Amino acid sequence: MDYEAVIGLEVHVELKTNSKAFCACTTSFGAEPNTHVCPVCLGMPGVLPVINRQVIEFGIMTGLALNCQIAPFCKYDRKNYYYPDLPKNFQTSQYDLPLANNGYLKINVDGEEKRIGITRVHMEEDAGKLVHVDGPGGGYSLVDYNRAGVPLLEIVSEPDMRLPSEARAYMEKLRSILLYLGVSDCKMEEGSLRCDANVSVRPRGSKTLGTKTEVKNMNSFRALQRALEYEIERQISVLEDGGKIQQATMSWDESRGITTVMRTKEEAHDYRYFPEPDLVPIEVDNEWIERVRKSLPELPDERSQRLINTYGLPQYDAQVITSSRDLAEYFDQVVAKFPDAKVVSNWIMGDFSRLLNANNLEPQNSPVPPEQLADLLQLQKEGTISGKIAKQVLEEMFKTGKKARQVVEEKGLVQISDADALGKIVNEVISANPKVVEDYRNGKDKALGFLVGQVMKATKGKANPGLVNKLLKEQL
Amino acid sequence: MAITKNEVEHVALLARLKLSSEEMEAYTEQLNAILGYMDKLDTLDTGNVEPTAHVLPLRNVFREDVERPGLAKEKALAGAPEASEGQFKVPRVVG
Repeated sequence: MDYEAVIGLEVHVELKTNSKAFCACTTSFGAEPNTHVCPVCLGMPGVLPVINRQVIEFGIMTGLALNCQIAPFCKYDRKNYYYPDLPKNFQTSQYDLPLANNGYLKINVDGEEKRIGITRVHMEEDAGKLVHVDGPGGGYSLVDYNRAGVPLLEIVSEPDMRLPSEARAYMEKLRSILLYLGVSDCKMEEGSLRCDANVSVRPRGSKTLGTKTEVKNMNSFRALQRALEYEIERQISVLEDGGKIQQATMSWDESRGITTVMRTKEEAHDYRYFPEPDLVPIEVDNEWIERVRKSLPELPDERSQRLINTYGLPQYDAQVITSSRDLAEYFDQVVAKFPDAKVVSNWIMGDFSRLLNANNLEPQNSPVPPEQLADLLQLQKEGTISGKIAKQVLEEMFKTGKKARQVVEEKGLVQISDADALGKIVNEVISANPKVVEDYRNGKDKALGFLVGQVMKATKGKANPGLVNKLLKEQL
Repeated sequence: MAITKNEVEHVALLARLKLSSEEMEAYTEQLNAILGYMDKLDTLDTGNVEPTAHVLPLRNVFREDVERPGLAKEKALAGAPEASEGQFKVPRVVG
């Protein structure tokens, strides 16, 4: 039978506030355990939490960027469960009245645009970190509460995705929007962006939903895609064998490349939500919403459209460049100095991105500032250096931080466009390769390419390729 | 609406309470008395009453996003039944 998958994502993102959601402890990452804690986030009796205004601001920004309705009235609730990562034995969250709902974002997979609905965006707090230690009697766990109380947004999608690649595209787009907004640093490896997936399968064309499982513990875009591919295949094979899907929470095991059962429905939590009596409700009026709306930066979709309209870039280029705000800024700055946008986009998507990745760098801390890349492209355009040499120069600039012109001068890489000097080398190559010359004269056009290559080799790539071609043809 | 002993058992489990069978009986009775009072409240017409989100007539009480030092680690751990390597030490729980 032909099956289709139905996928919805629950994304948790840590907000980039200075202080925690309900107390003044710092949110900075990587400190010694239990040094960013206070009576409030440790859940001591008698303390009074107070809402961090910036959390609401970031929440409204995110809601608006995801085309949501912002609720005029919302409140916090207690979600009760016992696990030592929660010092209070409840998580402060939002239940029936979230901050924002009914939005969407657009993804693009294989050139096709699709709208993925956003059910809701609500505010909550992060939990502490547990380390399990083996030992006699089952061992013990160590708890660090530095992260407890750091503000989170939970962003819940509609079950609108049908393919693992769509789920990945959704996640990438969401991350890009959050980074543009500056509400989170979205580091999946540090856990500031996390994602759980609800997935089920059904015969293609069916309108009813199959039994779903929830997949957790996917720590990268690649893991998300692989885990979903695996889980969908697993569910289909259970059904094909005449079995039934058991509603369960699954954990993705990255090293083994499989999902395993964490808990089944029988053990499902009963959270007994109730309104948080220590925090008063929140009212967001139109004035507040409009003020935030005006402060929103240009978002990836708008920016991509601007690059297409202003520079005539292909949609693919515009999307790649605007996927990161920093990369898009970098592009704009290069184009300001070197206006051939398509050339700039080729270099930024190609060698520049390759060198960034190879050196694990972000555009803003690249050793090659935008005006230097512009200079390099200018040198190539003027014919001072060839395209091939330009690539070498860029690598050298990355390595040494030197300016384009300086590298070209120091390494003597100026393109040889002098017909006399090149003519000499062309003649040498011709007389050193009589057989190839004969092949060419007998109509083997490919032989010319070999001779051009020999001239380039003799000049260490510095010869002007157009001129070499012309001179060779004349001599032959 | 009557509450059964099974429901009391379930709630006790969720609250991590270990109850004797006498306690179970007693709480079942008490909870039924409380819920019986709710039945009485249910006879009121509350069609035009907004659900109460909070008992105080306050809205939008915020603090500015400013960080301040919290507790010293030793103080934070002072009330912990057990501590190790600067962390709270608890029975191993895998969830």
